[in-house]
Amino acid sequence: MAAITLKDIRKTYGDGFLAVKGVSLDIADGEFVILVGPSGCGKSTLLRMIVGLEDITSGELRIGDKVVNDKAPRDRHLAMVFQNYALYPHLTVFENIAFPLRLQKGKFTEEQVREKVEFAANTLELQDHLQRKPANLSGGQRQRVAMGRAIVREANAFLFDEPLSNLDAKLRGQMRTEIARMQRRLGTTTVYVTHDQTEAMTLGDRVAVLRKGELQQVASPRGLYEQPVNLFVAGFIGSPPMNFLPGEVDGDTLHLPVADVPISPELKEKLGDRKLVIVGLRPEHFEDASLTKDSREGVVAFDVNVDVTEWLGSDLYAYIPFETHADVASKLEELDRDLDGEGMRTQMVVALDSESRVRDGDQASLWFDPAKMMVFDPEGGENLTYDAGKVREVDQQNEQDRKASIQRAQEREAAKAS
Amino acid sequence: MRTMTPKLRIWWGVITVLVLVYALFPVFSIIATSFKLPSQLNLGQFLPKTWTWSNYEQILTGSAKDLFLPALRNSIGISLIATAIAVVLATLAAYAIARLDFPGKRLILTTALGVSIFPVVSIVTPLFNLWRNIGLYDTWLGLIIPYLSLTLPISIWTLAAFFRQIPWELEQAAQVDGATAWQAFRKAIVPLAAPGVFTTALIAFFIAWNDFVYGISLTSTSAARPVPAALAFFTGASQFEEPTGAISAAAVIVTVPVVILVLLFQRQIVSGLTQGAVKG
Repeated sequence: MAAITLKDIRKTYGDGFLAVKGVSLDIADGEFVILVGPSGCGKSTLLRMIVGLEDITSGELRIGDKVVNDKAPRDRHLAMVFQNYALYPHLTVFENIAFPLRLQKGKFTEEQVREKVEFAANTLELQDHLQRKPANLSGGQRQRVAMGRAIVREANAFLFDEPLSNLDAKLRGQMRTEIARMQRRLGTTTVYVTHDQTEAMTLGDRVAVLRKGELQQVASPRGLYEQPVNLFVAGFIGSPPMNFLPGEVDGDTLHLPVADVPISPELKEKLGDRKLVIVGLRPEHFEDASLTKDSREGVVAFDVNVDVTEWLGSDLYAYIPFETHADVASKLEELDRDLDGEGMRTQMVVALDSESRVRDGDQASLWFDPAKMMVFDPEGGENLTYDAGKVREVDQQNEQDRKASIQRAQEREAAKAS
Repeated sequence: MRTMTPKLRIWWGVITVLVLVYALFPVFSIIATSFKLPSQLNLGQFLPKTWTWSNYEQILTGSAKDLFLPALRNSIGISLIATAIAVVLATLAAYAIARLDFPGKRLILTTALGVSIFPVVSIVTPLFNLWRNIGLYDTWLGLIIPYLSLTLPISIWTLAAFFRQIPWELEQAAQVDGATAWQAFRKAIVPLAAPGVFTTALIAFFIAWNDFVYGISLTSTSAARPVPAALAFFTGASQFEEPTGAISAAAVIVTVPVVILVLLFQRQIVSGLTQGAVKG
């Protein structure tokens, strides 16, 4: 087990394409770090550079305290789970899992190999399939075999390259918890690449958001969600995504397409002399006014026409079309493209309580708390309401939680063993 | 297609029988003829009136022995060598074509195709003159070289197609698992590539084994003459007797190894071996 340190890592391909533009990242021993971003952001390239399948153009990569830039993959002692599992079709499940052990000739006796493989198989509930060939296994079983092959290595770190993207939704949820459980139990440093923000939020101790080969923000999932540094991170994290509305500053009032918001003195200071900003509001920050009897202090209430509603049992999503401002339209379109969006109509999504009686075509009364509103610069896209102190606080809390949960998992393991 | 109606089943049966009869009738005819006495060849019967081994005796131990046995030796030797060279070269070429990006890749494939569609008859006369001048006429090498021109293009094409389907990620997976580049190739890729290489070798061998035009044009003695060409030199016991029986017997003998090879390696020629490596 070891820490992984990336220092100003760059990757330029033969055709001059700059895939990774100087990424620096410290991954602590035993930490679960997610690399996330839309397709083509360089996350897989970064992972392949860590494992050694891709050359590092410049920068320094350390595993433990050794620089491994020029080491072959086999000398880095990492285990990787590939997107399409990469199982050896001519070998049985047992031999697939035993493959890394067999390569270290003479290091393990037949007895030890069997012991290790059986331990891995028990961990992943593969005992009954050890003599089968990969072709006869289901997708989830193949996935587990690939993980088994990683476990027996007792590697310095686990690397996952979109391991769940070939599974159906239900299995993906199960495997997600399986991976989390395994990582907590073994306490192995893990780097996990995904484009799915749900996986990123649920699995990671820390999440690194990448965009076009550049690191945007590294923080705990909650830190990212509550304090994104810029428009891109704000739009990427969260489902349904954050709503971006144009906001025109007019004295002490901020005009949104749906409502007018009073500007507090603190916000006024952050806005500076900007006349136009982009306002970010998460869907769940809205409430249906008809469900809250007592009117609250300091909230912004407004009436809107609801276009379409989706009732999901736990929530009700209501879609509200709005006219965007010409000056921010191009910025928002660019953002949408970066996020793999289709650039359809401009609409706002609000997540209401499932008790809400709002239906398609209704006029609805909603409110939101302006304190939860985020304000972004329309040019650079940075978050003007970003609070670095709060992020640090959240991340520290998160780090303590992580250490505690690893300890708990290991104590439980020890108790079971004795 | 799981459930076939009885009518459809009958139709399929009829078609299968027709195809089988069409394909196998000549084979049975040759086998039957090979057991006929020379004097009973023209009786107009399909099956021999009296079964006899005399044709086989004639070519293996009798008068045609000196014609047939060296030819058999030549055929086996030349075909095996040509196949071995073709497979080794084609494996290297196909590996490069499937995995590497280099200028002229398309050119190689197109040239290979061009060579294989060139009519053999148009090359054989110039080759005859050239071979006589440089001393390759009537030698094994003189046949192996033109056989390579027949076997290489098809070997390169089939192997390149096969190699493209191999999940090369396995090689990387093996390297991450702790293998050296050579170990990764040998333990992860070779087992998957072997059936393809084997199938190609079989095809190449049949092409060399069955050739007639080069065999008859570029040889003059039993030093290098292969079986298909030697058959043309068979004569009857007297000038009034047809050598048909002996020729049939020789044809059966050269067909048998091919049939045995195919039956033996039928299992190895399965294409489904790569299933399950990656998501299928």
